[in-house]
Amino acid sequence: MPGLGASFGRGAATGYQQDMANSDCILIMGSNMAEAHPVGFRWPMRAREKGAQLIHVDPHFSRTSAMCQTYVAVRAGGDIAFLGAIVNYILTNDKWFKEYVLAYTNAAIVVQEGYEDAEDLGGIFSGYEPETRSYNADKGRWGYAGSEADVCQRDARDGARGPVEQGLGGTGKTGSGQRETAATAEGTSQHGHGLMGLASGQTRNRAANIVPPPDGKIERDESLQHPRCVFQLLKKHFSRYTPETAAQICGCKPEEIIKVAELLCQNSGRERTSMIVYALGWTQHTTGVQTIRCAGIIQLLLGNMGRPGGGIMAMRGHSTIQGSTDIPTLYDSLPGYLPQPASIEQHRSLKAYCEFEGLAAGYWANTPKFMVSLLKAYYGDAATKENDFRYDWLPRIDGDYSQLPFFNSMAQGNVDGYFLFGQNPAAGGPNAGLHRAGLRQLKWLVVLDWFEIETACFWKNDPKGPPPGDVGTEVFFFPVPPITAKEGCFTNTQRLIQWHDRAVDPEEDCRSDLWFVWNLGRRLKELYAGSTRPQDQAIQALTWDYAYDEEPRLADGSVSRIENEPDAAKVLQEINGHSLVERDEKTGKRRLLRAFSECKDDGTTSCGGWIYSGVFPSYDRNRARERIVTKNPVQPNWGYAWPNNRRIMYNRASADPQGRPWSTRKQYIWWDEQAKRWVGPDEPDFEPAKPPDYRPPQGARGMAAIAGDQPFIMHPDGLGWLFAPATTKDGPFPTHYEPVESPVSNPLYKQEDNPTARYFQGPLNVIAHTPESEYPIIATTYRLTEHYLSGPMSRFNSWLNELQPAMFAEISPELAAERGIVHGGWCTIHSPRGTINARAMVTKRMKPLVIAGRTIHQIGLPFHWGFSGESVGSQTNDLIPIVADPNVSMHEAKAFTCDVRAGEVPQIEPKPNYPFAPWPVRGMVPQTPRSGQPEGQVGR
Amino acid sequence: MTFKLPIVGDGVAAQLLERTREMAVEVIGDLPNAFPPRWTEVPQPADHGGDARQIMGFFTDTTLCIGCKACEVACKQWNQLPAEGMNFTGYSYDNTARLSATTWRHVAFKEKIGEDDAAGISRWLMMSDVCKHCQSAPCQHACPTGAIIYNEFGDVYVQGDICNGCGYCVVACPFGVIERSDHVAGIPADGHAHKCTLCYDRQAEGMTPACAKSCPTASIQFGSVDDLRAKARQRVNELRERGNDKAYLYGCDSVGDYGPLNSFFLLEDHPNEYNLPENPPQPFDGQGKRYAASLAVGAGLAMVAAMIFGGGGRRGR
Repeated sequence: MPGLGASFGRGAATGYQQDMANSDCILIMGSNMAEAHPVGFRWPMRAREKGAQLIHVDPHFSRTSAMCQTYVAVRAGGDIAFLGAIVNYILTNDKWFKEYVLAYTNAAIVVQEGYEDAEDLGGIFSGYEPETRSYNADKGRWGYAGSEADVCQRDARDGARGPVEQGLGGTGKTGSGQRETAATAEGTSQHGHGLMGLASGQTRNRAANIVPPPDGKIERDESLQHPRCVFQLLKKHFSRYTPETAAQICGCKPEEIIKVAELLCQNSGRERTSMIVYALGWTQHTTGVQTIRCAGIIQLLLGNMGRPGGGIMAMRGHSTIQGSTDIPTLYDSLPGYLPQPASIEQHRSLKAYCEFEGLAAGYWANTPKFMVSLLKAYYGDAATKENDFRYDWLPRIDGDYSQLPFFNSMAQGNVDGYFLFGQNPAAGGPNAGLHRAGLRQLKWLVVLDWFEIETACFWKNDPKGPPPGDVGTEVFFFPVPPITAKEGCFTNTQRLIQWHDRAVDPEEDCRSDLWFVWNLGRRLKELYAGSTRPQDQAIQALTWDYAYDEEPRLADGSVSRIENEPDAAKVLQEINGHSLVERDEKTGKRRLLRAFSECKDDGTTSCGGWIYSGVFPSYDRNRARERIVTKNPVQPNWGYAWPNNRRIMYNRASADPQGRPWSTRKQYIWWDEQAKRWVGPDEPDFEPAKPPDYRPPQGARGMAAIAGDQPFIMHPDGLGWLFAPATTKDGPFPTHYEPVESPVSNPLYKQEDNPTARYFQGPLNVIAHTPESEYPIIATTYRLTEHYLSGPMSRFNSWLNELQPAMFAEISPELAAERGIVHGGWCTIHSPRGTINARAMVTKRMKPLVIAGRTIHQIGLPFHWGFSGESVGSQTNDLIPIVADPNVSMHEAKAFTCDVRAGEVPQIEPKPNYPFAPWPVRGMVPQTPRSGQPEGQVGR
Repeated sequence: MTFKLPIVGDGVAAQLLERTREMAVEVIGDLPNAFPPRWTEVPQPADHGGDARQIMGFFTDTTLCIGCKACEVACKQWNQLPAEGMNFTGYSYDNTARLSATTWRHVAFKEKIGEDDAAGISRWLMMSDVCKHCQSAPCQHACPTGAIIYNEFGDVYVQGDICNGCGYCVVACPFGVIERSDHVAGIPADGHAHKCTLCYDRQAEGMTPACAKSCPTASIQFGSVDDLRAKARQRVNELRERGNDKAYLYGCDSVGDYGPLNSFFLLEDHPNEYNLPENPPQPFDGQGKRYAASLAVGAGLAMVAAMIFGGGGRRGR
């Protein structure tokens, strides 16, 4: 997990998009927000109109760059060097927010003796084990001095995962993600999915490095002078990341970096706040998590966390990718970021699991309550205290079943069948050719989608594939309606759960994904109803009662014609949780939980996803469905944000250690001495009545161990982590490594690329190792406003296709001249994974960079095209290597090498399999005279 | 022998023209009044006899446009206009290229990378273009059937059932907005003139036009033109105070000699960069002279004919 979790405790965007309007300076980096999130981009625009500075740092000049006052062109893959130079600037020029850093970060904490930095070991931290290409944080002595006494118990106890940490990071778009791959992966309906995540169960990091033994104490040095205190280590680590060095790595000018650093520093402090925005431009690197960590360090040093207009906005790759990690589609995670039990000794029983996964201090001490309530939600009355709440029925993971290893295994013929919802791996998966090779080995494949996407027709339309007769996969394609014909909720980039109603019934035999899953489950239960085998008990006991109590009605009041559609509200109620002993006064049904604080570990509550608890506090109130605009600028009654409707997380940090706002201009949550409560426009992300001067007694555990001035409550020490003593698998500090495929070498360290990156070598996934003269050009990928991911929801719509009708590559005039490529003509792009065609968009928006005296060319590739649709084109994802970040197994799509030539390869150019339909939808408006029909109807 | 057309101010021909004009005035009255009214005389919405309404229009602020093209798609969807085809034009990110009978909002892109001033600032101009709903609309003047009218919202509106497809409006429009529909993908079209209606149907229901409604950054604003003009002037002042001395309004008051536009723009560069005319011609300016010239030519030709054929006639008699 990831960057945000390691820095702050939860891996989710720390604020909300509307809050961007309150910012004084917004650094957008690794995100093309104006194009990928055009609606949300109104808020940065509003900030700009109020006088804020907008900065865009990106390899290509995009629509986002055009909106920002400052734009810096950099080489793809230089992000940590760039951000490191900002850290260096802040420290060298003494611009850090001293009170904030001292009180709310681990700057003063002393690290164990024996820790050695990458600066000392040529780019590797202490604790590296070359055989496994991984770090042993214990051996590397990454922990806090004073936690050692606990070391012997450590293995037994903590997996410090940052809990929700996985969330953001983990998921994707945002993130640090664990998982989505939006750039390459995608989905058509709503899910994100995990690309490949490493099993979290076994790989949780050790957090015990942080918690002192009951009778011990963590060593601190408030003067920040101790040579092993975090602050001094940080200074030393970034001492060589000068603007000059970083500029050399990034191919920009040192003044440009200094300008960005100055803007951030000028707009931070008591009176002002700066925000950092990123998306997959940061996550899709082998160093993605550490890039986000670096941003976290900057925001902690400048005191921007937990404050209005501050924080880090992780922009998600598609709708409800946040939701699909909260209530996960990931193989290694249970709802609410509880790890899926693994076949390891520490997970052998519920008690062992809770001891191992729960943290001694901080909010995760509540793990048993959430886990027991989840089991009660799954298995109902069959789960009792006596039978360990049927913890033994939960499947155990015994390996890595994330997307990439799974497809890799599929390509080797190890998988028989596959259900696919809202995803398009044949075009959207990284190294999509390998994904198609996997699909061709299946016996059967079920695809549910709105359109016949590449993954549904790979057997007949893939121009690079074998003849259809040679493909043995039987494909079942189920048409699914668009969201207007199904109800449910989305969880967006800012953790906001928003309900949508079913406006109309699905057409013909289209059925919602929910319909499919519920009815599949019902049939399975029917199938196993009479079984007496122990392994079938779980499916027999599974609670599966989602039928409507009354006939479902559409928005216009008419009765729906769809039979056996489940009631989505009941699903959300189950996620919200019930009391199993109390009754609702009005309805007589089981009372709904009002907040996750009501969850119990004795089996008297059920809760299908603790972090969402409170979204459905009573049967007549679905808070996700509320759209109430109030005078409160935070708009707490517009949808519902987990956790507990908090819009800015860690907002305790918006007040000083004594509980007073840092400034009137930036006041948000503060301590009201009369009321003895934290008050403000938002929900406090803190125990509401814990006073600022609360100090935990010796040996305190759980939330009692968090002091009244420690805002980062998910961390066992309550602090923001400049130094990550746990959680990240590739080092406690961000370090510049070259991308795995890079035409330049690392000027800072002997170690070229991330020493813990994961490789998946094979004939379908050849890597061009550094530096490779055959592939001298850097390629990066991105999205256009006009299309959606690999195009499943846009390339079947002529109104969108006419706006961007062809796959193109953005090439600088200099490179075009060198290669004889003509603007508007064809070019081919080659990587060791394949070749694609593209139209050449020769533009000065791409510019060659001079790095180490050499001219380095970069090209930009949108990844929206595939071989199925009205608009078709070569798939950028066919070029992308599969190499993975060690924390979240995110692949590296944003910086890889290729070659570009003029011309095209006609054999691989797909033909449209859907005819051009000028009207994506067309029909006369019923009961309306001709004169009242839309012009386009009348005119033709 | 070459025949030289009489040109205004050209010696004998000029005298001839002047004489013809005098004759014309005698016949049909004072010329300027005989030709379409100038913009100051355009019927106001109140003239429609119903309740007095305000003139409604658009203010498109290009400094806020992020080039998302939501307006283009929302317009097509609401009005059920067909996509025109899939043509990779190479004009930056602009693949619909122009306003047409079936594209009523069009987002133009102009890359100016490192070209501006000494600092080498890069800009990418984006601008959502639309019918200007001129206060004195040449298309309306040119329409011989009365199909083009000012509706009760003061907007220039083509009545599809009255239009006969003559195309006079197409050549009259100095902005290249209005166009006759042509077949798309083999589907026949009526050949009538079409353009932005300023979502007449939505306005009639009290709704905001689709493009303005869909604009995420308020680059397209809809409202009464009086309010919009005040807002726009204030906006320019604000931008200038912030140091953006390039910002100016196009069509808020008038463009050169051309009257104000009810759909006007805030631009940051020369109008030509946005494919807008710096000085849009009002085709009916000088129309009197052109009519007179035509009469003069006619008269001249008649005289020549008389000289040639008249004599012959006598001979033949």
